Order: sequence, then structure tokens, then C-alpha cells
Amino acid sequence: MTKEEKSLYTKRFDGRKFEELREISAKVGVVPNADGSAIFAQGDTIAIASVFGPKIFHPKNQQNPEKGVLRVHYGMLSFSVTERVKPGISRRSQEINQVTEWALTPVVMLEELPGTVVDVHINILQANAGTRCAGINAAALALAHAGIPMREMVSAVAIGKMDKTIVSDVTKEEEDYEDGEGATDIPMAYLPNSEKVTLLQLDGKIQPEKFKEALLAGKEACKKIAEIQKKALKESE
Amino acid sequence: MTDKEKHGKKELVIPGEIIASGDDFLPGDWTQKQGKDIIAIRYGVLEKQDRIVKIVPISGVYIPRRGNFVIGEIKDLTNAGWVVEIGAPYQAFLPLRECLGFIEESEMEGIYGIGDLIAVKILNVKRTSIDLTMKLREKGFGKIREGAILKINPHRVPRVIGKEGSMISIIKEATGCNITVGQNGLIWIQGPSVENQIYAENAINFIVANTITEGLTEKVEKWLKENKGDKK
Amino acid sequence: MVYKLTRKNILEAMNKGTRLDLRGPLDQRPIEVRFGVSKNAEGSVIVKCGKTEVACGIKMGVSTPYTDHEAEGTMMTAMELLPLASANFEYGQPSIESVEIARVIDRGIRESGFIDFKKLCIKEGEKVWSVYIDLATLNDDGNLIDVGALAAVLALMTARFPEYDEKTETVKFGEFTDKKLPLNEDKLPLTVTMFKIGNNIFVDPTREEEDSAEARLTMEISKPESQKTEMINAMQKGGEAPLAVEEIEKMVDEATKIFKKLKTLVDEELEKARKGDKKSKKDKKE
Repeated sequence: MTKEEKSLYTKRFDGRKFEELREISAKVGVVPNADGSAIFAQGDTIAIASVFGPKIFHPKNQQNPEKGVLRVHYGMLSFSVTERVKPGISRRSQEINQVTEWALTPVVMLEELPGTVVDVHINILQANAGTRCAGINAAALALAHAGIPMREMVSAVAIGKMDKTIVSDVTKEEEDYEDGEGATDIPMAYLPNSEKVTLLQLDGKIQPEKFKEALLAGKEACKKIAEIQKKALKESE
Repeated sequence: MTDKEKHGKKELVIPGEIIASGDDFLPGDWTQKQGKDIIAIRYGVLEKQDRIVKIVPISGVYIPRRGNFVIGEIKDLTNAGWVVEIGAPYQAFLPLRECLGFIEESEMEGIYGIGDLIAVKILNVKRTSIDLTMKLREKGFGKIREGAILKINPHRVPRVIGKEGSMISIIKEATGCNITVGQNGLIWIQGPSVENQIYAENAINFIVANTITEGLTEKVEKWLKENKGDKK
Repeated sequence: MVYKLTRKNILEAMNKGTRLDLRGPLDQRPIEVRFGVSKNAEGSVIVKCGKTEVACGIKMGVSTPYTDHEAEGTMMTAMELLPLASANFEYGQPSIESVEIARVIDRGIRESGFIDFKKLCIKEGEKVWSVYIDLATLNDDGNLIDVGALAAVLALMTARFPEYDEKTETVKFGEFTDKKLPLNEDKLPLTVTMFKIGNNIFVDPTREEEDSAEARLTMEISKPESQKTEMINAMQKGGEAPLAVEEIEKMVDEATKIFKKLKTLVDEELEKARKGDKKSKKDKKE
């Protein structure tokens, strides 16, 4: 980079390398009542997901005779954030329901489950940025654990641009960064096998070329997360 | 313990994982051919047998198969038969004509009412529905009036039954109970007393909690001895 | 939702003094406690009782006091029956089950005098602290009232005030002090619900046992220093079946015994938490 292009964000707040992910832990089978479940902790962000189904979809007239339906419900526990959120559905959670459903649907083989519904419940126990991504990671594990037929797994991560620096797996502190060009937040979900993106959102200020750099960083980060998810499933018993 | 040690020669595979390549193997249950590779499309144990590679599920809801013996709960009555819940993704139906003897519509509720448990066999698995029958020569079908019902993970049923029924026989003998295992994970236990039934239930739960352990048979026999108490 | 046959077995077993999981009718399942499970909360805990798992987070905020209690802080309790935890829980308006559980837990804490509401006053008539007790079920296998109530008091005991900017009169969320909540610790209330099936009374039901029960009596009990005996701070009868006076008397006696056992467990867990706190503070200094 030339002197004019040098970024103000030279060292991450928590000392990580730019491409380094936070410490991740994942475990399946945490909700005995569910058909499949998982907990996924990415640094200080903790998501729990449980899956019920496939089961018969009522009312019958809403059933799709061609393929099953995936229903996603995402919610943050009121005490998961620093300023309490009222329990219940918000516009934000409704939007996350939709984008999460779109992130997971391509891998779920719903054509094998006509007339049924698969319910995915995601709750955030503790939030420190990247909540919808942690939710997708937990949900993918829970779906696999529930024995839902899937083409492959999904992994998600929030990439950031801090002034001019691309970083992987942002924290809340990074999200709030205001120096220079400020913080740009890019949550994304990626299918490591077929190399396709199933979730992509962005807010901030980013040049097209820098965005491509972020996309690449996201791919690499998601591949690492995929390995962790694989391990959690293989070591589940 | 590595995965291989845990499941003997078997390993757990995840959706999307390549489990075989080339022409040596044919894709079996829960696998799909993708170009030259065969990939798993469900989480479970990998099994390679006689040139077929398949996944044996260890989790998830019950997968109904024709000929399976199952235990279900009556959910509803229609003029053609009973709607039965067997823990599968689809509704199961027991048509009037598949019951023993001739039954008038008015007699239906008296025979099997809502909430009753029945032991039946799967006659047919259609795309989005399951047909049941009671018309088979084996004994032990019909309404469950006495005894206890235990629900376990349906994928553990083979372990609970054991090779040629060896494991379940040990439990039957030690607990003095008659035990009928539904492939859908519902198990019917009939014993001389409620204590014997509870003893059998807990023995089965012990098996389910330790399915992947080596030397399970010895461990089960040990558990049975330790927990016998004063039962006959 | 329990099979008719299973209900029959539960009753028969109880009649013989045993249960499906080999416990005695007055035995509780093993209890596990984890503190500090949600760092953004002022206090948090997860309590596991058998397979039932409930999380509790304490959040603090600042608001105007009620007109009839101008020098006192406020408290609000909520119980989310998360659909994540059971196929029987649904989204939408809080169900009557979740409302009853929250209100019963709330009353016990309020009536015991455990929280010194006067010490939550910042400026009389204008600004007081509000304590939010937020419970969420992570897996339902019965006895949610007792487990929730236990989680609530444990979370309160380990909660700390957030930073408060006196000039701007606002809370600095995310910044915590070392100051504990104003609690009269000796008045710590614990909840014991006794259930009835046939002529038997039992405690800490699994979901199947709870769905088989005909009635229940929830008692919130504390043992303040100043009192020679335990004190009942709140009570709630639930379920359709009526209770005989003798049954109620027996339930009160048994609940008092169980309270004592629970109190010992609570003291042990809090001691562990204190030691853990000291250790992590020591580690931080080094």
C-alpha cells in the first residue's frame, strides 16, 4: 500500500491476526428433547440451535406436496446483550429468520421430505457480534445432528473492514470502530464443497475491489469453520 | 478415543463428505453419486458391505419401512379407519379392512379410541403416507392394555434387540418381563409387577446410554445384577 | 403430553413408593449449577435439574418509580418457554403457563424481603433501579417453577451493578462494577412445589410425571436469621384436583424438609462461586 492507502487499523483490539478467527467451540446434542441440536460459541458470541422434524405440516392446505418446508426462528435472549432486549419478535429478528432460511435451504434436501416441515430454532445466549453467523453455524450442526438429508454443510462468518483493513470474525468493539472509513460489517455464509455463497449482507463503506478481498477472506474463514463443525459431529458420542 | 476406536472399524460421516471414489462401490442408503465420487447426504455411521456403501443413521426421527413392527398412538378416527402417530415424518393410517374381523363404523371407538396404544405392522410406505395392518400371523398385535411403554431413539433399536435377539433375551430373563420392541423406538414391557417393569425400562435405558461401548453385554449383565434389589 | 398407559404406571409406581427413574417420591434429581454463562448480563446462571435446564439473566436498568412506592426500586420477572426446549412450546403471546411461572417466582422473591428495594432508589420520586429477572428454558423435563426460581436467586446473588453516570443520569451498559445487589442474603427464598397423583405426593417431577399429576402446591420458603423457624412467603395451588387439608399439611412439612436440603446445596454452590471469583481476580492481577 502507498502512504495514502495505509490503513489506520494496524492492530486488532484483541491482538488477533487479521485473518484469525476467535476461539470456537461446538457441541451437538445439547437439547435432549430436540431431534437435533447444537451449541456454537465463536469468541463471546454463543448460539444454541435445536431442530424438530421432519414432521407432518399442519394445516394441510399449506403443505407443499412437492417438497418440505424449512422454518427458521431466530431470537436473542433478553440478557444476551448489554442493553436488555424485550423478549419476543422484532423486525430485526424477522429479517434474520428470512436470511437464515435462505442460507440453509440450498443444502437441505427438502425434495426428499414432501408435505413435511422442519423447524429450526436459534437462540443467542450471549452476543458479541456475528450473532446471525453463529446462529447459522449452530443451525447447520443441529440439522445434520437431526439426520435431515443435506447435500453438504454451511458455514458462516462476519468479515469486517476496519478503515482500510479486512479482518475476519469481527467483535462488537470492531463493529463500533469509527476512525477513518469506519467499520464495514459483512456477514456471509458459504458452502465449502460447492463453493457457493448463501448469505451475504453488508453495511458500511467499501470499494468494489476491497469487497472482493473481503469475499476471499470470508471463503477462507468459512473453510476453517467447516472443519470445526465436522469435528463436532464426528466426535459427538 | 478416536472415531475408529469408538465404532470399531466404523466412522461417523457428515453431509457432503466424500466416502468413496471411482467404480469400486455403488451408492446405497443416504448416499449420492457426484461425478466420480460418492458423497454422504446424511449424518451417520459409514458402512461398506459387498460393494455397496451406505450410511446407517444414529439420530433423527424414525424412518418407516415396509414390514416394520411398530407401536403407535391413535390420534383420530375417520369413517375408513384410524389415524396413528408412530413418530415418523408422515401420518400413518390403519384402515378398517386391515383389522381382524369385521368392524362396524359405530364399533370403532370402542375398539381403539383416541389415546390408545396399538401394536401394528407397516403394510406400505407411500410418498407422503404410511399404511398399517394388523392382519399378520404373528401374535402380539392389537391394543396395548397392560404394561408399560418406553420411548427410545429408534436408531438404537438394533442394539437393544442384539444379534438374533440376544441382548433383549438377557433383559427378559433377568427382569421376568415380556418385552416387545417396536422398530419406531416404542417398547412395550409387560411384567409381573410395576417394579419389574421399571427394572426392565432402566436396563434398556442403560443399553441406550452405552450403545457404543465395547463389551456391552457384560456391562449389561453387571448392571442387571447390581440393580436387582429384591425383585423376583 | 403423556400416554394414558404411562400415567397409569406412574400412579402405580407412586402407590408402591417408587418412580420410573427409581427415585423415591421425595427425592430430587441431581442439580448442576454454572455461573456467569452470559457475560453481558449483570448476573447469569444456568441450572440443570436432571434433564431440565433453565437459564437466568439479570439485567438492570433505570426508570421512574411507581407512584405508591416512590423510594423503592422495581423488579420484573419473565419466563420464556422457548420453542427450542420442547415441541410443546409455541411462539406468540406468552402462554398462561409462562405467565403463571413468572408471577409465582416473582411473588416469592418479592414477599421474602430478599431484595432491599429501598437501596435501589437513586432519587426519590424520580429515578430508581429496575431489576429484570429473565428466565429462559433450554430443555424442558418438568419442574420449571422450582428450577426457574432457583436460577433466579442464584443469578441475583452473583449479580453486580452496571456503571452509572451520575451527571448524565444514565447507565453505562456493558461496564460492570464490583458492587453486589442490595440483598438481605439470609432471607434467600427457595421454591419447592409438591405434586399430587392419587393419594401420593411427590417432588421434582419429570415432564411425564408433571403431566400426570392432578394438582400441585408451590411454596416459597425462606429462613431469615431473625426467625426460629422457616417462613412461607408465597404459595400457589395449581391444577384441577382439590386438595384435602391433611394433604396440604403434609405438603408443607415435606417442602420444609426439602427446603433445608436445597439451602445446603445453594450455600455450597455460592461458596464455589465465591472461590472461583477470588481465583479469577487473583489470576487477573498476576
